[in-house]
Amino acid sequence: MTVQVRASPLRLTLRAAVTAYVGLLAVLPLAALARAGFASGLGSFWASVSSPTAVDALWISVWTALVATVANVVFGTATAWALVRYDFPGRRILDSLVDVPFAMPTLVAGLMIAELIGPASPAGRWLDARGVPIIFTASAIILALMFVTVPFVVRAVQPVLAAIDPAEEEAGRTLGAGPIRIFATVVLPALAPSILSGALQSFSRSLAEFGSIVVVSGNIPHRTLTAPVFIFGQVESGDLSGAAATSLVLLILALLFAVSARAIHTRSPG
Amino acid sequence: MSIEVEHLTKRFGSFLAVDDVSFRVAPGELVALLGPSGGGKSTILRIIAGLERADSGTVSIGEDRVEHLDARDRRVGFVFQHYALFRHMNVRENIGFGLRVADVKEKERRARVDELLALMGLDGFAERMPAQLSGGQRQRVALARALAPRPRLLLLDEPFAAIDAKVRQELRTWLRALHDETHVTSVFVTHDQEEAFALAERVMILNHGRLEQAGSPTEIVDSPATEFVAQFVADANSLSAEIRGGRAIIGALSIPAPDFPDCRSARVVIRAYELKLWRSDTEAIADVRRVSALGDRVRVDVNIDGGPAMFGHFPRRSGLLEGVTPGSRVALEVTSALIYPVK
Amino acid sequence: MTVTERAERSPTPDPLGMTRAAPAVRHREPRSMQRVLTGVVILYLGVVLIAPIAALLLAAVRLGIPSLLEAVTSDYALSSLNVSLALAAFALLFNGVFGIATALVLVRDRYFLARPIGALLDISLAVSPVMAGLAMLLLFGRGGWLDGFSIFGFRVPFAFPALVLATLFVTLPYVAAECGHMLQEVGTEEEAAASTLGASAWRTFRSVTLPNVKGGLIVGGILTVTRALGEFGAVLVIGGAIAGKTETATTYIYAATEERQHAGAVGMAILLASVSLVSLAIVALFQRTRGSK
Repeated sequence: MTVQVRASPLRLTLRAAVTAYVGLLAVLPLAALARAGFASGLGSFWASVSSPTAVDALWISVWTALVATVANVVFGTATAWALVRYDFPGRRILDSLVDVPFAMPTLVAGLMIAELIGPASPAGRWLDARGVPIIFTASAIILALMFVTVPFVVRAVQPVLAAIDPAEEEAGRTLGAGPIRIFATVVLPALAPSILSGALQSFSRSLAEFGSIVVVSGNIPHRTLTAPVFIFGQVESGDLSGAAATSLVLLILALLFAVSARAIHTRSPG
Repeated sequence: MSIEVEHLTKRFGSFLAVDDVSFRVAPGELVALLGPSGGGKSTILRIIAGLERADSGTVSIGEDRVEHLDARDRRVGFVFQHYALFRHMNVRENIGFGLRVADVKEKERRARVDELLALMGLDGFAERMPAQLSGGQRQRVALARALAPRPRLLLLDEPFAAIDAKVRQELRTWLRALHDETHVTSVFVTHDQEEAFALAERVMILNHGRLEQAGSPTEIVDSPATEFVAQFVADANSLSAEIRGGRAIIGALSIPAPDFPDCRSARVVIRAYELKLWRSDTEAIADVRRVSALGDRVRVDVNIDGGPAMFGHFPRRSGLLEGVTPGSRVALEVTSALIYPVK
Repeated sequence: MTVTERAERSPTPDPLGMTRAAPAVRHREPRSMQRVLTGVVILYLGVVLIAPIAALLLAAVRLGIPSLLEAVTSDYALSSLNVSLALAAFALLFNGVFGIATALVLVRDRYFLARPIGALLDISLAVSPVMAGLAMLLLFGRGGWLDGFSIFGFRVPFAFPALVLATLFVTLPYVAAECGHMLQEVGTEEEAAASTLGASAWRTFRSVTLPNVKGGLIVGGILTVTRALGEFGAVLVIGGAIAGKTETATTYIYAATEERQHAGAVGMAILLASVSLVSLAIVALFQRTRGSK
């Protein structure tokens, strides 16, 4: 890439402005977070992140995020497949619906799910009568996470699937392979990087999710209290350094996944 | 194994891709489907392979009718224009794929793949990935992959179109030798008439989904059945003429047409090498417009007095061309022409 | 398949190029399998996506439009809406200007901090909104590095400036990313041409670069506004959701749910959802026209 901004003072001004802006808005707050987390020393950091409530909250965040992500991998890939390769009534509408969670405020998404399965709703009463209420359980968290992360896998897989040369699959057919074998040996290896990238985005987004969960999970410690909601609780009760400590652990987890998603994304073509 | 297709028809929406085509390929034959782009030849090949379903018509391989079979059950080797190698598998895995699908044992599979690698001149490439191979090598892997499960036929869709000109020549010779060795009934699609004639025992010419002519290269060149074939298989002029008193009249040019009744409009195809011309003041019937050197040949464009433009090809140092420059007046003689009355 | 491989194949004659349209590529699996898969997909999107949306709409219908209207036009609701709109305007202004600047620095400049800045933008997407609010609180709150720092005499935490900062943080990457993509796509030829014609750097920017990234600016801007209006966790933590002061549209919904004011929650949710759907439609429209060029 050639240097286009030739006038040197202008270039320096731009650099300085951007650095200062990003520094003020991102670097300083994150540094403050790190400082607060370790403010009272490593010992208290460890004590606060290893408390049973904190550990359980982190664990609940991780496993619900995993379940939602696995569901998205399976159904998201199937959705991309159907949207790219099949023609059925309503295909275009479904295709545009997939983007809705990207734009929907997460609290509104949570409210939607509360309306769907809450104790006052028909579905909620029906589930309640059968002894399997979903609202205020981990299932509600998973449903909320699935809603907000629907687009990730679908939108990662769709363009790659559309760009696959159909001749490779045809070659498999002329060599005697059936549809399942062709999918497993020819198509899946080509899709794998995009599926993985979508899955990682979906997972790290799920770890961070707050708005949609806080209104549907009931926030019961050790059972449905996720890490972001737990952090919010710590802030509310004035334990800022505890909140910062939990945040750091969660942030590191999320970053690990975000960074690997980016690496996969830049390596895979298309 | 023979192939027989009868009354094959295929539409894509309103586009008629294949229009009532019938032909037979004898066991062990190497046949070319030749024609311009969009002529329907690839579609026919894909219908034979089972990758496309015909709207009507039948396909038989040997004694078996196969229209109802999926591609996977037809035991047909198919070589794709852009190789379609499995990019996540190395050369050995690519070639062995069909054998693995057929549950051939590991040891036997290895032996067969090694045999094909040797046959294709690909020894030492077994562990390479497709992306690490040249175009010609990929095409040979694709061929080996198609041949590995011992298919009943081999179908090749524009096998050399994506390969550069020099390597294409080598591969052509090599494919011909391979066919002489294996004798698998083979059909290949091409839009390059030189390739079709150099390689095939029989050529079928398709245009707008119709089979225009089928025959040996000599038959097609010597007696093209239609005006389209006549001008497609060689550089040629295709001109409008009037037939009067056993002669075809094109402006000031008049060609013998003894067996044709008088008619106001006919098409005359004159191949570039069937035209002679020389500088003359008395017999001249045309103006020279352009003289251009084309490597070992010279192309001369002329305007016939009272008629259309046409061109001819001449050897580079032809004595006839003495004094022939743009603007000079020349006499014309046509050594042979093909005449098609317009119906 | 790489881009070059795809580009290579276009010039070679492909008789099927025109014919290999929809019918040939689709219907590859057996019909029955297609039906089952389509059914599964519709069921999945139906349960996960459509049912919740429908549930909200049903709740709205049950409550009746008049009661929703009454709820969202209460002083309390209107002031929260005002706050959210003001936040969106600030986010659009600041992140619009700085987003373009960031895109220029990241794509056109060889700045040694370009990579870290790009990574930070990615991180701001991965950070939980609650953490974003907390980080701001720790920076400006008691004992923080910028404790006592005030903007036009307002102390930051639990006041409007705090909401602005938190919103700026969570909407940081959108314009920068969209404009960055466009800059990369457009390349540098036109800019080079302008400077060989004697245009000044500013002139080149105004009459060549800016028009070229206009699409990215609009899409990024819409995303910024949508996210700003919908942000909840960050503004809740740093603003404290003080009614009539730092209450935003989303924290209003939260408070209304907590206080069992169903009509207020549903009414405001419908309002926000409609805004997001409209902006989604605009973005889709833009991307379609951009794609078809």
